[in-house]
Amino acid sequence: MSVLARSVPPVSVERRPDPAKPMVEIADVTMAFGDFVAVENVNLNVGDGEFLTVVGPTGCGKSTILNAVAGLLKPAKGTVSIDGQRVTGTGGDIGYLFQQDALLPWKTALENVELGLMFRGVGAAERRAQAMDWLAKVGLAGFEGRYPQQLSGGQRKRVQMAQALITRPKVILMDEPFSALDIHTRHLMQNELLALWQEDRRAVVMITHDLEEAIALGDRVVVLAAGPRSRVIDSFEVDLSRPRDVAEIKLDTRFMELYRNIWASLRGEVEKSYARNK
Amino acid sequence: MHAINDRLIQLALLVLIFGGWQFGVTAGLIDPFFFPAPLDILKQIVAWIINPGFYKHVSITLSETVLGYVIGTALGVGAGVWLGLSRRTARILDPFIKTLNAIPRVVLAPIFVLWLGLGLWSKVALAVTLVFFVTFFNAMQGVREVNPVVLSNARVLGANRSALLRHVYFPAAASWILSSLRTSVGFAVVGAIIGEYLGSSAGLGYLISQAEGNFDAAGVFAGITVLAIFVLIIDSILDVVENRLITWRPKEGERPA
Ligand SMILES: Nc1ncnc2c1ncn2[C@@H]1O[C@H](COP(=O)(O)OP(=O)(O)O)[C@@H](O)[C@H]1O
Ligand SMILES: [Mg+2]
Repeated sequence: MSVLARSVPPVSVERRPDPAKPMVEIADVTMAFGDFVAVENVNLNVGDGEFLTVVGPTGCGKSTILNAVAGLLKPAKGTVSIDGQRVTGTGGDIGYLFQQDALLPWKTALENVELGLMFRGVGAAERRAQAMDWLAKVGLAGFEGRYPQQLSGGQRKRVQMAQALITRPKVILMDEPFSALDIHTRHLMQNELLALWQEDRRAVVMITHDLEEAIALGDRVVVLAAGPRSRVIDSFEVDLSRPRDVAEIKLDTRFMELYRNIWASLRGEVEKSYARNK
Repeated sequence: MHAINDRLIQLALLVLIFGGWQFGVTAGLIDPFFFPAPLDILKQIVAWIINPGFYKHVSITLSETVLGYVIGTALGVGAGVWLGLSRRTARILDPFIKTLNAIPRVVLAPIFVLWLGLGLWSKVALAVTLVFFVTFFNAMQGVREVNPVVLSNARVLGANRSALLRHVYFPAAASWILSSLRTSVGFAVVGAIIGEYLGSSAGLGYLISQAEGNFDAAGVFAGITVLAIFVLIIDSILDVVENRLITWRPKEGERPA
C-alpha cells in the first residue's frame, strides 16, 4: 500500500472537524484581467468542516475567486491559504467540481476517476480498487468501461464527483456543479452530495446562482456584489438542522425566512448587474 | 441489400469504362500511343508481377515512403506539440516556417541529390519535407485546441507537466495528428516518386521514367496503376491503426440524447 493510501482515513471513522480552524483563508484578494478588476479586497474564511455557499449576480467574479483558491489563477493582490499553507499553484490538497464537462474524453469512467490517485503515485491495483468503490458510491457500478460521451449529463457529473473526491481532499470546490441538470436529477444529486459530504465533513466552497440550493446545502451563505470590483457584502448563517433533504427543506418556515432575508440583500446586486449589462 | 446493389453498380461502371476504352482502341477510335489499351496495361502489370526484379523497385519505393513518412511525422509531431505549447516561440518562428513551407518542394530535389547522392536518402529527404509540414500544422492546432476546462481539471487533479503532455495534450492532439497521417501518406509517396523520377536507378518512379523514355505509354500507365494500388494498401493499413488508437471517439448512434 502506498503512503497516500495509508494516510487516508477509512470511511467508517467519523472525522471530527474543528470549525474554529480556518481551512480556507482568502485574505485581501484582488483579481484582475489586465486593467479589468473583477473582484477587489475579498476577505473570506471557511472553517474546517464548513459548507460555504457563495451567491452573486452572473459575471460578478465567483468562478474567478474559486480559481484563485484552486491555484489556477494568481491574485493581483492578497493571498489564499489552505490549511495554513499559501496557495502558489495547482496540485494542492483540493477537489474541484467544475461547472462544465471536465472529464478527459479519451479515458473511461474508471480511468477518469483514478487520475487523482495516479498523479499522486498510487499503485495500479490499489487505485483501481478505490476507483471502483467510488464509482459504486456515486451509483455507477457497471459503467466503469464507458467513455464520457457514452454517459448522460447526470452520469458524467457523478463521475466528476467521484474523480474530485477520491483523494479525500481537505477542501472541496464546486462551481455551479448542477446548473446544467434538470430539476429532478439536480435534487437527487444534491442529496447524494450531502450524504457523501456528511461522511467526511470536509470544508466546501460551493458557488451557485440558485439561492434555494445555496440555503438548502450550506452552513453559511455569502453574497457577492455586482461586478466589476465585486466584494463580499453579506454573510448569513443557515441554522437548519442536518441531515437535510433538499426538496423537503424548502417548505420549512425558517428556510423561507432565510430566503427572504438573503434575497433582500442579493436582489439589489442582481438588478445593478442587469442594468449594467443590458 | 443496398450495399450489394451499390457494388453491382460500381462493377458495371468499371466494365463500362474499361470495356469502352478497350473497344475504342481496337476500333481505332483512340490512339494507343497516348492511351494504350487496358489489356496492354494489364499485360505489362502481369509481366512485372511475375518478374522477381520488379519487387526490388517496389521495396525501394516502399522503404523511401516509409522512412520519409516516419521521420517526417515524428519531426512534425515533436515540433508541432512544442510550438503548440509555447506560443512565444511559435510567434518568433512563424515567418521562417511560412517561408520554408512556401518553397515548392520539387525544386529541392536537385539540392538533396547534391547533398545526399542519387540513392535512397535524397528521396527520403524530399518526402520528409512534404510530410513534415502537414503533420506539424495539425499537431500544433491539436495542442492549441485542447479544452481549457479539461486542462484545468487535470492540473487540479495533480498532473505535472509531463503528465499533462501524456494524458491531455497528446491524446487531444491525436485525432488531429491521425487525420494528418492520412493526408501525409500521399505526400510521402509523392516525395519518393518525384525524387526517383528526377534522378535515380531504381524504384517505381524510375520505372515510370524509363517507360516514358522509351515512349512506352503502357508502361507509364501500368506504373501509375501500381502506384495507386500501393497507396490504397497503405491507406487501408492506416484505417486499422486509426480504429485501434482512437477507441474513445463516439460511434454513430452511441451518443446519448
Ligand atoms: N480570462 C478572462 N479574461 C478576461 N476577463 C475575464 C476572464 N475570466 C473572467 N473574466 C471576467 O471577469 C468577470 C468575472 O467572471 P466570472 O468569475 O467567470 O464570473 P461568475 O463566475 O461570477 O459568473 C466577468 O466580467 C468576466 O467577463
Ligand atoms: Mg462562473
